[in-house]
Parts: sequence; structure tokens; C-alpha cells
Amino acid sequence: MAAVSTQRTADLREPSGWRRAKNRLAVGSMWFALLCVLIPLGFVLASVLVKGASVISWQFLTSSTIPPNVLPANFGGMGAAVVGTLEITAFASVIAIPLGVLGAIYLSEYGGNRPLARLISFLSDVMTGVPSIVMGLFIFTVWVIPRGLSGYSGMAGSFALACLMLPIVIRSSYEILRLVPDSLRQGSYALGATKSRVTLTVVLPAAAGGLVSGALLAVARAAGETAPLLFTIGAVEATNSNIFSGSNTALSVQIFDNVLQPYTGAVDRGWGAALTLIAIAFIFMIAARLVTARFNRYSR
Amino acid sequence: MSATVQTGPATPAGPVSGLWPRRPLGDRAFQLLALLSGLLVLVILVLIAVTMSQQSTQWFTTAGWSGVFSADWDPTNNKFGAMSFVYGTAVVSVIAIAVAYPLSMGVSLLLNEVVPRRWAQPIVYVIDLLAVVPSVVWGLWGFAVFIPWLQTTIYPHVASAVNHIWILGNLFGPLNGNYVSGASFFTGGLVLAFMIVPIVTSLSREVMATVPGADKEGAYALGATRWEMIRGVVWPHSQTGIVGATLLGLGRAMGETIVVALVMGSSPTITSHLFTPGYAMPGVIANQFGEATVGEFRAALIGMGVLLFALTIVVNLTARAVVERNARRIRGSA
Repeated sequence: MAAVSTQRTADLREPSGWRRAKNRLAVGSMWFALLCVLIPLGFVLASVLVKGASVISWQFLTSSTIPPNVLPANFGGMGAAVVGTLEITAFASVIAIPLGVLGAIYLSEYGGNRPLARLISFLSDVMTGVPSIVMGLFIFTVWVIPRGLSGYSGMAGSFALACLMLPIVIRSSYEILRLVPDSLRQGSYALGATKSRVTLTVVLPAAAGGLVSGALLAVARAAGETAPLLFTIGAVEATNSNIFSGSNTALSVQIFDNVLQPYTGAVDRGWGAALTLIAIAFIFMIAARLVTARFNRYSR
Repeated sequence: MSATVQTGPATPAGPVSGLWPRRPLGDRAFQLLALLSGLLVLVILVLIAVTMSQQSTQWFTTAGWSGVFSADWDPTNNKFGAMSFVYGTAVVSVIAIAVAYPLSMGVSLLLNEVVPRRWAQPIVYVIDLLAVVPSVVWGLWGFAVFIPWLQTTIYPHVASAVNHIWILGNLFGPLNGNYVSGASFFTGGLVLAFMIVPIVTSLSREVMATVPGADKEGAYALGATRWEMIRGVVWPHSQTGIVGATLLGLGRAMGETIVVALVMGSSPTITSHLFTPGYAMPGVIANQFGEATVGEFRAALIGMGVLLFALTIVVNLTARAVVERNARRIRGSA
């Protein structure tokens, strides 16, 4: 029997050389694709960190007047733009988040499978794809043109950002509301609660974590937007804490203006503003992730 | 006595007189509020279409269709032809998709089929950072860092290498002798590609996650390698969904403004040479709107916004239709 055991048989557990090579090649190119995606990201973040960190100081973040472009980077700072970005984004959130959540409530709690609900759901998908610059042009035509020069204000910018955020908030809130188990709703109906009461005191609290994290992601997206603000907030160099009247400014718009300047001081301030803006967007994103993590722990 | 029974949050509102009691006012008001918020989406979309078309009629009536789609853009002489911008938008979006598609497929297959789950999530977080970096920061980096680098170290070598090769020479070769520019169609497409990779990746991963585990295990049980399993099971199952994901990425790329306003060189040109400056629709709107205070100039830029709006809606509708059909097919086969 020794002769039999030395005989070679095809080993079916291992693929042949050519098939294995092809597999290796495919998996290798997948890793290569990941590398191709991560390198530019690292490149961008490194550039912004290195060039931005050398400009940023407490004075840069708080000074209330943006200096003329010819002055070097150690003069003045972007405080006015920081204030502008924060207040414009905040007001946009105040408009878009409640309306978006209410819209999602209509879709998940009242709409059911009605044609109107299906239409709204479909249109909010479509609206997600509308370019942000179109939102800026839209607010320009309906808000700024009728009012002339006094139409430019932080509020107009907030309207444009809110248009951008609304479908995102509707989408993310709807997905979360659908996850709330029906037994919770039925339990409260059985106790005699009205539909609005069930929605407000049972469904919304159950979905709170997901709603908050979706809203925060929308805020992170809106805070970095430039195009909706270009034609709506006007331009100023000094802090304007009143978003309802008077031109305003924002970090993203300042960066866009400063990029093409021939003066190194202006470009350097642009890098500082870029680092500040990325930091703001990242803070909102990380907050969203933390809320999601907590939410997942509770729902498990 | 009944008062003690009825305390607590579950108090039925209103008299329970029939099987369908009249719902209290607050309840109906809340429903109305929710409905109105939902309808806001419809209202805004209709308003966008109507008001912006109104503001741009002057362009369409003065220039006529031939004027609108001519390649002659010369605001000082009242020539407002949009063709070179339409061309620029089409070219950068195609480049963006051509670059982003293989990258996103590679990354999503890697995350779904190769990497263990506990490693996949951190990688997703990192890739999502690409989407959180604001577009103006991509523009700043593209303009100040990426363009000089491409212009000195990459494009000249590529251009001279492919100069006399058929087709490649027309696409990547230097224009008129020795001219390549860092600020170009191709740079715009590249930066857009980085920006849309996260969305295409996450949508494709969702599609690929619907592949039944039993099918995959079946393929492995037959002795397939990982790649053969992907080719034979994951790919056929998710193909249409991936087309939808890619189209959504295309819609994103077409509407992205600030990057194309900063890194394309801002020169309305129609040429096959991708290493030369071009101009895209959102770019010209962003760059020239400030000068266009009145009249046909502004009407033309707003009109370009209308065109862009229409284009992205068509692309998005197609994408949704593809995704929807795919979802129905999966439900049907399940």
C-alpha cells in the first residue's frame, strides 16, 4: 500500500496557481484603490494643518475685522468670518431641522403608502441632488432681487443653506423613524393616546439618537458650503452679529475670495480659515458619530 | 371616581362617543403641520423651476436657441453662448466618474468582502472624512498645492510620453507644441473624483450588502477563490444598483461648484486636450455672477443655473429609476 500513498493526487483544497494569482491580483488592486483614496485625503489634511497652523492664533480666531489683502498674515484675522459661519449655519439649522423632522414625521407616521407621501419622498430624493449653487441662485432670485442691496444678509444665506439641508434631514430622519418598532406605537394607542401624542412622546424619544446624529451630519455638510452663500450674504470685513440685516461674511466665502489673491498674506489667511472651517465641520461630524455610538448601545 | 382612572399620560382626549371619535384640534393641527412641512419640498422645487426660469427668459428670448448653444461667450460684447461650459461640465464629470468608479468599486469590495468587519468600520470613517472636507478647501488645496505639483512633475512627462500615440496624444498630448497646464479639465475631474468617492462607495456597499450570504458561501463551497466569488455572485447581483450609485455620483460631480471654479483654469474652450484650461457651468456662475449686475449677463448666468438644475434632475431621476428597479428585482427574488 506504500505505493498508493506516494501517488500524487490533485489537491482540491488549494486553487491552481493561475487562479490564485488572479485572486491575489484582484485583492491587491482593491488595496491599491484604498491607497489611491487615502493619499489625497492625507495630502489635503497635511497641507491644511501645516499651512493653517502657522497662521492660527487666538487673535486670528477672534479679531473683529478682516484686514486688507495686502497686509501679511500676522495682521488681524478671520474672527468676523467665524462668527458669520456659526450664526448663518445655526439659523439655517433652526429652520431646516424642525421642518425636516416634521416632514419625515408626515412620511413615516401619516403618509403611509399614499400617492402624496410617495411623491414627497421621491421629490426629497430629487432635491438632495440639486446642486448647492442652484440653491444660492434660487434664494438670490426670490429674496435678494426683490429687496435690492438690503436683501443681502446672513439670513438670506441661512435660507439657502436650509434649502440644502432640508432634504438631507428629511431623508435621514425618515430612515430612523421607520426603525421605531410598531409595537411601541400600538402600545400607546392601546392606552388611548392620540396620534400626535404618540408621535411626540413615544416615537420621537425612541428615535432621538438617530435624529440628532442625522441632523448633526447635515449641519457639518452645511457649515462647509460656499456656493449657496456667494450670492446671498454680500460681503463685509467686519463682524456683523445681526443676521437679519446687513451684509455678512463666512469662512468658506473668505477662503474662496482669498485663494486667487496675489498677496501671500491673504492666501495664508485663507489657509488659516480652511483649518478653522475643517475643524468646525469635523467637530459636528465627530459629535454625530458619538451620538450614533451611544444610540446603537441603547438600541441593542 | 373616573377621574382617578383617567390620570396619567394616556388620558383619552375628547368624549369617546363613537367608534371614530372626532379627533381633537391639536392632533389635527399637528398632522397639518407635518403635511405642510412635507409639501415644502414640492413648493421649493416648483419655485426654483419657475422663478429662475422667469429671471432667465431674457437670455433665452434675446439669444435664441442657437445663441444659447453657441460656443461664443463674450460678456463685454453681449455674446452669451453656453456651449463651452456645457462641454466643460460634461468632460469633468466623465473624468470624475472614470476615476472614481474603479476606486469606489475597489474600496467597497475590499470593505465588504475582504477586510474583517471590525476593520471595515474605521476605514469607512476615514473615507467619509473625504466628504466632510469642505469643497472650498479642496479648491484651495487644488489651486495652491495640487496644480503646481501636477504642472511641474506629472503632466509634462505624461504629455511628452503620449504625444504621438493615436487618440492618447489627442487627449493627453500637449496643445500647440509644448503647452500643458496644471489648471485643466483633468485636474478638475481628479479633484471631483476624490470628492465623490465616499458617496459612490457607501451606496455601492449598501447594494453589495444585499447579496445573500448563502450564495456567497455556495460559491466558496464550490472552491471559488474570493475573486471568482465576486465575479460570479456579488457582481451580477449588484450590477444595476451600482449603475444607480455611479449615476448619483455623476449628479454630484456635475453640480459641484467651487472646485471647478478654482482648479479648471477658467477659460471657455472646447478641445479634446484634457491638460488645457477649461470652464464648467457652475464655475462660471460662481466666478462671474458678481460682475453680472443687470440685464442679459445675469439672465444668462441664472439661465445656466436652470440648465444645471434640469441636467442634475434628469441624471438623478435616471439613477433613482435604476435603483428602484433593482430594489424591486431583489425583493422579487427574495
